[in-house]
Amino acid sequence: MNVVACLKQVPGTTDVKINPETNNLIRQGIKNVINPFDTYALEEGVRIKERCGGKVIVISMGPPQAEEMLREAISLGADEALLLSDSAFAGADTWATAYTLATAINKLEQYDIIICGRQTIDGDTGQVGPELAEMLGVPLVTYVNRIEEMSDGQMRVQRMIDEGHEAIQAPLPAVITVTKDINVPRLPSLRGIARSESAVIPVWNSQKLGVDPARVGLSGSFTRVIKVFSPERSCQAEVFQGEVKEQVECLIGKLKEAGLI
Amino acid sequence: MGIQIDLDKCVGCGDCVPVCPFGLLEVMDNKVQLKEGCTLCGACQEACDYEAILIETLSETEASSDRHRGIWVFAEQRDGRLKSVAYELLAKGRELADSLKTELSAVCFGHSIDEINQLIAYGADKVYLVDSPDFADNSEDLCTHQLVELIRQNEPEVVIAGATSLGRSFIPRVASIIETGLTADCTGLEIDVEKRLLLQTLPTFGGNIMATIICQAKRPQMSTVRQRVFKKGVPDERRKGQIIRVDFDKECITSRTKLLGFVEDITETIKLDEADIIISGGRGLGKPENFRLLEDLAKAMGAALGSSRPPVDEGWVPYSHQVGQTGRTVCPKLYIACGISGSVQHVVGMQTSETIVAINDDPNAPIFEIATYGIVGDLFKVVPMLIGKLKNE
Repeated sequence: MNVVACLKQVPGTTDVKINPETNNLIRQGIKNVINPFDTYALEEGVRIKERCGGKVIVISMGPPQAEEMLREAISLGADEALLLSDSAFAGADTWATAYTLATAINKLEQYDIIICGRQTIDGDTGQVGPELAEMLGVPLVTYVNRIEEMSDGQMRVQRMIDEGHEAIQAPLPAVITVTKDINVPRLPSLRGIARSESAVIPVWNSQKLGVDPARVGLSGSFTRVIKVFSPERSCQAEVFQGEVKEQVECLIGKLKEAGLI
Repeated sequence: MGIQIDLDKCVGCGDCVPVCPFGLLEVMDNKVQLKEGCTLCGACQEACDYEAILIETLSETEASSDRHRGIWVFAEQRDGRLKSVAYELLAKGRELADSLKTELSAVCFGHSIDEINQLIAYGADKVYLVDSPDFADNSEDLCTHQLVELIRQNEPEVVIAGATSLGRSFIPRVASIIETGLTADCTGLEIDVEKRLLLQTLPTFGGNIMATIICQAKRPQMSTVRQRVFKKGVPDERRKGQIIRVDFDKECITSRTKLLGFVEDITETIKLDEADIIISGGRGLGKPENFRLLEDLAKAMGAALGSSRPPVDEGWVPYSHQVGQTGRTVCPKLYIACGISGSVQHVVGMQTSETIVAINDDPNAPIFEIATYGIVGDLFKVVPMLIGKLKNE
């Protein structure tokens, strides 16, 4: 069973804050991490490999420093890594990202399952997985939180939707996106760390990938960010004073006034 | 297309450095340098007093929207019942269609749908209806290809759908096949009438910044829209409209995935995504048994039960209740946060709620910065008192 896990390097969120005076993101000291949802994708891939044999290939599109993230992925159980990096890829929207990933995956010898995180924590779109599935022409199951069966040519999975859980069967190869309750990712093993240090990670640029430069990066993107601004925050809460009884009565009064209860 | 820094004009003043929302600019050797990852947002260009930053964007002639006309709303149903988000999008869609002086159409896929006429009462001029047992379970393969076909035949200029689990799964596939831009989970939609451009605003970077996104050169312009952000309109039963029944062509489209079973989430009597009121608990509850207290309050108020991340990680409540960046995004009229400190990750998932009440014993908890009303105190005293008073009324 050949597993491909798609990873993105993102800024660690807890550090992303807004400077209240300048309204800018404070970026000092931000450490880049594997997108948290992608850590579940990687872990699930490694578990499938441990059950069914085969290998896990991690793939990422990003700047050269994303290589360190791919090394971390090897320490966590991935067998091979591939970095897609080129200044031509910069500024890609989800369509251009999915196109770049799909082109690379089509060049891999063979794959049975592609696992993506449900969404990234910087862009929050959750669109790359579905777009990737469509470009590869394979079935898609989103929001997977349990894999019941993964065998030759077929999978049975459980997914979480707004109303509850669905059990889905689909032929392989397929793309799944996973939620955080699918597993608890492991810590790196000593053997893994040793492997990650010596691993050779190939880097493919647009030429090696053989893509049309007009279809990748900013030029291949259909959407444009035209403005960024700080969200309006409601001002400090109106805090009720007095004994618990008075506070609760004040609150009920306000909620009634607003027609909320 | 791209950004250029004219090094002859740049004086290295550094005024542009702090305005870059992505932190990509730095001054080296008295000149500004740009790192990779620029989205051409233009913030630095505005900040530069020396006209040293040039941004070349798409020329307006590239926008080719002459053929494409009309606003489309994907009206999602489940078990034959239209979802609330369908009506919310119709209200917004009507507004967009009126400003562009064009038609508003609803597109609905399902089987024996109740009250299909309501789509017209709530603002649609046309309803494209595919009524077939094959669509009863919202098969995503079928929805994808049916919507692609309808878009290709009728060429709308805007297509919007709810950012539900269905919308966020199949709409990206539609956009991918049509090769057009798609913006996820929007909380604001406006129209640039002159250029017929949809201005799509959404929270990004974990809700820390808002971005406005356009799709200039491709049609239709597509977005998924957060549920409950827009308000339902008032239905007008006398409104006239046309229901166009579209035959489902079984021969052309087949589903590769097979639905084996569905288990409704029975731990929730009221669904988080459609609830008017959500009572949410955090680490401050201390132990799983204490969630019963919140369940009682939820019952007394007809509310859904939510949670921040720690109680889910501790196993006190199922993951399906988690609100926040790694859980669900909710937008109720009233959100009551009990014993939740208000980390950025939680706030992202609930900050668009109309009214937020925070109950926490720490007066410095960040939740009070975004709350409308706050009670600083012991939730184990406040909540029972609240339940008692509500029950008496």
